[in-house]
Amino acid sequence: MSQQNNTLPMNRRDFLKMGATALSLLAALEVGGASLMFMQPRRLDGVFGGVVTAGPADSFPPGSVTHFPDGRFYLIRAADGGFLAVYQRCTHLGCTVNWEADQNRFFCPCHASAFDMLGSVANPPAPRALDLFPVSITDGSVVVNTADIQTRDEFTPAQLAYA
Amino acid sequence: MTNWKKRLFYSPADDRSRMRAVANNLILHLHPTKVPAPALKWTYTWGLGGISALLALLQILTGVLLMFRYDASVERAYTSIQTIETQVLFGSLVRGLHHWSANLLIVTAFLHLIRVFLTGGFKKGRATNWLIGIGLLLLVMTFNFTGYLLPWDQLAFWAITVGTSLLSYLPAAGTAVANFLLAGPEVGQGALRNFYAIHVAVLPALLIIMMSYHFWKVRKDGGISQPNPPARSRVTRLTTIPHLVQIEFTAAVVLLTSLVVWAMLVPAPLEALANPNHPPNPAKAAWYFMGLQELLLHMHPLAAMMLPGAALTAIAAIPLWDKREEDIGVYFRSQKGGITAVTAAILAIALIPILVIVDELWLDLPALMPALPILIANGLIPLLLSLGGLAAIYFLFRVIGRANRGEATVGLFTFLIVSLIMLTNVGVFFRGANMALVMPF
Repeated sequence: MSQQNNTLPMNRRDFLKMGATALSLLAALEVGGASLMFMQPRRLDGVFGGVVTAGPADSFPPGSVTHFPDGRFYLIRAADGGFLAVYQRCTHLGCTVNWEADQNRFFCPCHASAFDMLGSVANPPAPRALDLFPVSITDGSVVVNTADIQTRDEFTPAQLAYA
Repeated sequence: MTNWKKRLFYSPADDRSRMRAVANNLILHLHPTKVPAPALKWTYTWGLGGISALLALLQILTGVLLMFRYDASVERAYTSIQTIETQVLFGSLVRGLHHWSANLLIVTAFLHLIRVFLTGGFKKGRATNWLIGIGLLLLVMTFNFTGYLLPWDQLAFWAITVGTSLLSYLPAAGTAVANFLLAGPEVGQGALRNFYAIHVAVLPALLIIMMSYHFWKVRKDGGISQPNPPARSRVTRLTTIPHLVQIEFTAAVVLLTSLVVWAMLVPAPLEALANPNHPPNPAKAAWYFMGLQELLLHMHPLAAMMLPGAALTAIAAIPLWDKREEDIGVYFRSQKGGITAVTAAILAIALIPILVIVDELWLDLPALMPALPILIANGLIPLLLSLGGLAAIYFLFRVIGRANRGEATVGLFTFLIVSLIMLTNVGVFFRGANMALVMPF
């Protein structure tokens, strides 16, 4: 019998040990993987209402800022009549910025960031301009797509949408 | 007397049976049967470890009670807290105790760390327990952070919004962890449920394991740190019953009574219902996070996290740096160490407000260096300046003060602690609307 064992690559005991170790590792991997998948976040996109119709373009005078709380954005009409929709979330750490018309600035109440009327950074610590939602004007009414958040470093005239 | 009465109220008369009572009792077995007489001096430990443990126990008891009445859903969380405050018998008291002892626990755990550092309690083989202790302090802070989302008020909503946004600045897994915690595009039902599970199950399990290990290790390391006894003298050892147990019992009763009275007089705060469109102005974190919030006003989030992170890493690594065993158990290491600490405290009290005002009013690093990316101009550069300043303070004590390693480390540590306290005070008292600097009166 011992002769027979010597011809085999390993004896029965070692084979079973190795098999048990391998199976335990496999089980640990399965449990770990299953837990990770169980914990997987279920992110929902575009819950702010997707595409929001803000209203007739004529109702927003040039140089005005209007808050749309349900859409989570501010609709800005620049002095030259171009439209811009900025996400209300501060690009620093996510607080909702407030528009203060008398100072012509957006202020963040959490960490003192400030943004000018077109969303560019006027005071750090915010690292970049307020994010944009694409604006289109169809049949004279302003439509904002809140499902598509676009980041930018600062304001450029190309970001404005015209009627 | 019946047997159980005997077991509860029987007080052994002689030292031998007192020692046996400790050795045979599960709870008293936390302590050795005899303790060195100087270790009983309450101005040495201030009882901070024991008080923290008692507060943790109170957290578990009141927390379990609150779980019976709290509802972790966005629609009902806030109203369930209102119900606890107004309808449930003793609801306001239980929630008050939970809230205020959580706040106090932050203070006592923090002071405990300071006490252990100042007396060199990490020396002579106590490095492991030093690390566990730091871990426990971080755990307590995580407890508080996850706990204050649960009432679903304005403080909850905006603190968690900022906290999870901070996480996503961390490289590698930061965004993944933030996405997991949030479970949605903004703080909502998913986040509330995640934080609830973490607060009531994951963290308590960790706390119980780590606290048990912490206590066991104190015994294993030969009891709490003590000064080396003078040559050829013997330290008197006293029996745990009644000498230590009496002090602990008194401290516990005084603390619990004060807490109950305080919780009756001052109910736990509850802000307005969370409103994703209108943060309060100014939106401030709980006071114990205001130091970090103040730092965030002055530098890029990554730098504002790396600076305390670096300080904490250095504090954790102190057992590797300050190895001198002669001065164990002596506050501030020596008289010179005491002077170093006072100098460092004065320096921090003077320097921090000046730095805050200069950065607020005159210094705009990104505007000075428009060619550099924000991460460098407002992140790397202030981070390196701060770390360089801290290194300069250390070498100032070493070279000009002629302090030894331990004494200079005491100076630097004191500077860090007082700076944190100063930043917290600036944040709590001197920040008004839009977080601008204002006078508090």
